[in-house]
Amino acid sequence: MTRKQRRLTIIGGSLAVLAVAAALVLNAMRDSIVFFSTPAMVAEKHIQAGKRFRLGGLVQPGSLVRGDNLAVTFRVADGSATLPVSYKGILPDLFREGQGVVAEGVLDPSGVFRADTVLAKHDETYMPKDVADALKKQGHWKDDYGAKPDYNAGAQGASRAAQAPPQAEQGAAPARQGASQ
Amino acid sequence: MIAESGHYALVLALGLTLIQSTLPVLGARWRDPTLMNVARSTALAQLLFVAFSFAALVTLHVTSDFSVVNVFENSHSLKPLIYKVTGVWGNHEGSMLLWVLILALFGGLVAAFGNNLPLSLRAHVLAVQAWIASAFYLFILITSNPFLRIANPPIEGRDLNPVLQDIGLAVHPPMLYLGYVGFSISFSFAVAALLEGRIDAAWARWVRPWTLMAWIFLTLGIAMGSYWAYYELGWGGWWFWDPVENASLMPWLAGTALLHSAVVMEKRNALKVWTILLSILAFSLSLLGTFLVRSGVLTSVHAFATDPTRGVFILLILCIFIGGSLTLYAWRAPALKQGGLFAPISREGALVLNNLFLTTACTTVFIGTLYPLALEVLTGDKISVGAPFFNLTFAPLFVPLMVAVPFGPLLAWKRGDLLGAAQRLTAAGVASLIAVAVLWAWTRGGSAFAPLAIGLAIFVIAGALSDLAERTGLFRVPSATAMRRARGLPRSTWGTVFAHAGVGVALIGIVCETTWNSEYIGTMKPDDIAKVAGYELKLDGLTQRQGPNFREMLAQFTVSLDGKRLSAMAPSKRNFTTRGSSTTEAALLTLGASQLYISLGDATADGAIAVRIYHKPLVLLIWFGPILMAFGGVLSLSDRRLRVGAPKPAKAMRGLQAAE
Repeated sequence: MTRKQRRLTIIGGSLAVLAVAAALVLNAMRDSIVFFSTPAMVAEKHIQAGKRFRLGGLVQPGSLVRGDNLAVTFRVADGSATLPVSYKGILPDLFREGQGVVAEGVLDPSGVFRADTVLAKHDETYMPKDVADALKKQGHWKDDYGAKPDYNAGAQGASRAAQAPPQAEQGAAPARQGASQ
Repeated sequence: MIAESGHYALVLALGLTLIQSTLPVLGARWRDPTLMNVARSTALAQLLFVAFSFAALVTLHVTSDFSVVNVFENSHSLKPLIYKVTGVWGNHEGSMLLWVLILALFGGLVAAFGNNLPLSLRAHVLAVQAWIASAFYLFILITSNPFLRIANPPIEGRDLNPVLQDIGLAVHPPMLYLGYVGFSISFSFAVAALLEGRIDAAWARWVRPWTLMAWIFLTLGIAMGSYWAYYELGWGGWWFWDPVENASLMPWLAGTALLHSAVVMEKRNALKVWTILLSILAFSLSLLGTFLVRSGVLTSVHAFATDPTRGVFILLILCIFIGGSLTLYAWRAPALKQGGLFAPISREGALVLNNLFLTTACTTVFIGTLYPLALEVLTGDKISVGAPFFNLTFAPLFVPLMVAVPFGPLLAWKRGDLLGAAQRLTAAGVASLIAVAVLWAWTRGGSAFAPLAIGLAIFVIAGALSDLAERTGLFRVPSATAMRRARGLPRSTWGTVFAHAGVGVALIGIVCETTWNSEYIGTMKPDDIAKVAGYELKLDGLTQRQGPNFREMLAQFTVSLDGKRLSAMAPSKRNFTTRGSSTTEAALLTLGASQLYISLGDATADGAIAVRIYHKPLVLLIWFGPILMAFGGVLSLSDRRLRVGAPKPAKAMRGLQAAE
């Protein structure tokens, strides 16, 4: 083979592999991507039952009910709408009423979100990214969730921080944590 | 005082890097050995200063000086000493300081052991290192100073995130950083080669040990991180395709490709331009990983926009270094001389195939990681790209790669004999077919996927062993001769065998764990018995205990098999009062390479507790594989040929050597 032919073989082979990869990526993009919604968006968009998506929001205080054999139900709220969620399994350590949560699953015909995975996926500001963004959009965001306290702003600020940590820092959590079945 | 001197040392280190970034380059231009030698002394001095600065931060943490913000936020006086030390890099500021410390360490190593390098190459390499270092010193000093004081010091600290209070934090981040930052050396060598406009096989021989070292650490770091997540997060997952993990996987894939292409360059003086590009890409992906993890862009695109200093600064570093090096590459690479010829079917051809698949797989990970971010910035739609995406893209690309792995070492350089190689792999092929048939029969026609995947893994392992048998003439010559030949084989050959076999071993673990994992999830009361995979686990009772900075509830389990008591297991749930958060400490029982895994959920009012019990068959192979790979890397590193001091400079560089 001449130099040119060899080069063509290699280039042709590379292009073939890249084409296969591109096909795989496009195919996977079509089938395996999950969209994120908040309860208000669910109501707005009329997501049909059986379609898989991620639901994010705050666990409504007082809504958590534990049933038999690890079955739990709770409501997810985003300030303007709530959605009932049912789940069977162990909730992650970071799951708490009033805190952010992301659940993955499908809506059943009666309008209950059946979650098969509950993520308490937080960063150190204790708020799942998607939830924080959604809350901000709707104006339910308190600025001190994400802000870093400025200790040198004055003696007052520093001592307040020491006695009662601002909400932002309560229980910093790992980058990921979840429970799934 | 300690904090201020640590801060001051960091400023001095920045000053030194500014000298190191400029004078040696000018020296190389003017052919002035004195100026070029400045690089060596400044690199060593810079290492000294940043080490002092790091030691200062460690001291502050160990002595619990809560007048420093970083210590106050991440430490507690009751925290065990080891976590006071590891807590230094359990936060943003401290981990960036560790990053630059390791960068300076690698620079110092090149300065100390690079005496055999041509003077101008060493000057250029160290100057490029200094460019990177000065950018990151500026980043730390301007946006992430770990030595900030609080005006009114509090009495007690906020404690470290409980999940991080684990021995994993002592090992995982330093290992990972040694890998990430280690690729800066190959990057610097690549940029230096482009600046000098000259590159040859000797260059590859200088670069390879550094790349190999970084690769070994990165391999171990990723494996360690995976095991840590497995036992600490309490639900038995070992890989999540989380962007943070992908950020470490991408440099690993590019680095693996680089290792292989550097072999071609070293042996055959071919693929030079490609090797340079891979060196640039491997470190660019490390920088990208640092950006993804450190800028907060993963937490929220909006958080990134509202507190832009850190994110924008790292993005700027990213653009300057990746953009700059790629521009330099586009400008200078065409001028580099083309190397040797080879047929598509040859050792070189096999290594090109390896590179092709590794870089393509790396690209799919890149797309899966960054597409959601790009989409959110462009359209505002939020999507999550999880395991299904990667299973559909990454896995199919790895299959042909795995099939090709055993062929590579059996092909000759320049022009190989595919049929001959296939003949020599007959035994491996037969072994793998037998494995498939046996597994298929054993699972009685279950999913065909698992037996086939394990067959592939067996093929890779047996293929690596056949290569060894082929080289030593095992079964063909008397065994004493074979033993002698085995001892005479270069260490790098042994390294290849171990590393390739490690890939197969890890694959077996992955397939077994995902296919035959059995679990029990439910509530248990004392004296209840759960049955998982034939094992009987009896909950004996619940006890409370006080730890140094937490309270924990222990559940005592007795494990028995066929009525015979095997062992006891005690998973626990820890409550950390300072942060008001809890962690789950899973209990693991190792049975051969398999593990029983118990983690606890919440206790219910009537004295029962939620438990999650898994039996994970051959799960340990998942991490044993990477350890084998890293061991192969170490063997290869200890090869005489690759010792840092061994290579001789090429003829063309003699002229510059004389100036010394």
